Amino acid sequence: MIIYGTALLAVCHLLGIFLGDLLGTLLGAKTNVGGVGIAMILLICARLYMHKRGLMPQTTEMGVSFWGAMYIPVVVAMAAQQNVVSALRGGPVALIAAFASVLACAACIALINRSERPAPETEADPDAHAAARHA
Amino acid sequence: MLELLEKTAKHNGLVTAFALVGLVMLVSMFLSKKLTFGRVHGSAIAILIGLALAYWGGIQTGGKQGLADVSLFAGIGLMGGAMLRDFAIVATAFEVQVVEARKAGLVGVFALLLGTLLPFVVGASVAWAFGYRDAVSITTIGAGAVTYIVGPVTGAAIGASSEVMALSIATGLVKAIIVMVGTPMAARFLRLKTPRSAMVFGGLAGTVSGVSAGLAATDRRLVPYGALVATFHTGLGCLLGPSLLFFATRALVA
Repeated sequence: MIIYGTALLAVCHLLGIFLGDLLGTLLGAKTNVGGVGIAMILLICARLYMHKRGLMPQTTEMGVSFWGAMYIPVVVAMAAQQNVVSALRGGPVALIAAFASVLACAACIALINRSERPAPETEADPDAHAAARHA
Repeated sequence: MLELLEKTAKHNGLVTAFALVGLVMLVSMFLSKKLTFGRVHGSAIAILIGLALAYWGGIQTGGKQGLADVSLFAGIGLMGGAMLRDFAIVATAFEVQVVEARKAGLVGVFALLLGTLLPFVVGASVAWAFGYRDAVSITTIGAGAVTYIVGPVTGAAIGASSEVMALSIATGLVKAIIVMVGTPMAARFLRLKTPRSAMVFGGLAGTVSGVSAGLAATDRRLVPYGALVATFHTGLGCLLGPSLLFFATRALVA
């Protein structure tokens, strides 16, 4: 049944958000710490576990993958409700601070992805082959 | 007749939102194919249209939620709200290759730390350059450069003025918008191709909304990897902002 997949997703989501809130409270951060990330890890574990035991028929998978595919439309809806007016009215401080920090981060991303790329890629190939053989 | 139609749309907010977003996607896929010959991804155009609609909604209503403040399109608020957004992000984890994710684990953590520290330092320096001299304002604006949630959370915790808070939120919003729009264009420069590079990107670029939208418009398969790291970004920022970063700033300013 398709609802099993959606229900599994919902349970992982709720549990992850709850654990994230709990972690935030414990750390005194006043906010959710990595709730969505924890939920994602839970879902990955659930999938691996259920796949192994044959508890994941195609229809159940569809209950999750539908929502994964709805992701871009949801993001478009999210963009449509941003406070764009106040972002643009923030004036030069907001614009310059945002622009400069994006530039600095972009430079770092490019640097990390460039400098460390050859090493993992030569390693990645045998790894990928091994993984493929195991599967 | 027209009133009846309006009533139907208002009473079925979420369904109206599905139809509207579907229409936006249709238009942007068409524009992507005909106008840019597939060079600009349809999702990127759709997000731009979304932002433009948000601007229009904000001007029309004077509200804070863009198009969602127009009563006819209130369903957009539900569809693009935190609940469904997080639900859909979690669902993308279904496609994660565990081997790939584990390999980039350490780099992801490093990127996450750098992604909090670097924007903070840059944001705080800009605040200083514009004449802010008290540690509370500098920290709040610097935190806003991390994400638009870290800014107000930090500001509220250390007692910033509402004007500085608004500025800090604006900084974070502008950053999220730049990341959303700029990522597909800069994808080649950033070497955004592998799951590992997406995780580095997720940690450094911050904001879940910016990262997820930017990656979605670049290559949908990379979304879960970036989101997996980015989701810890706001939490880490809220943790460090009012504590370590504030103390460091206060020590430097005073």
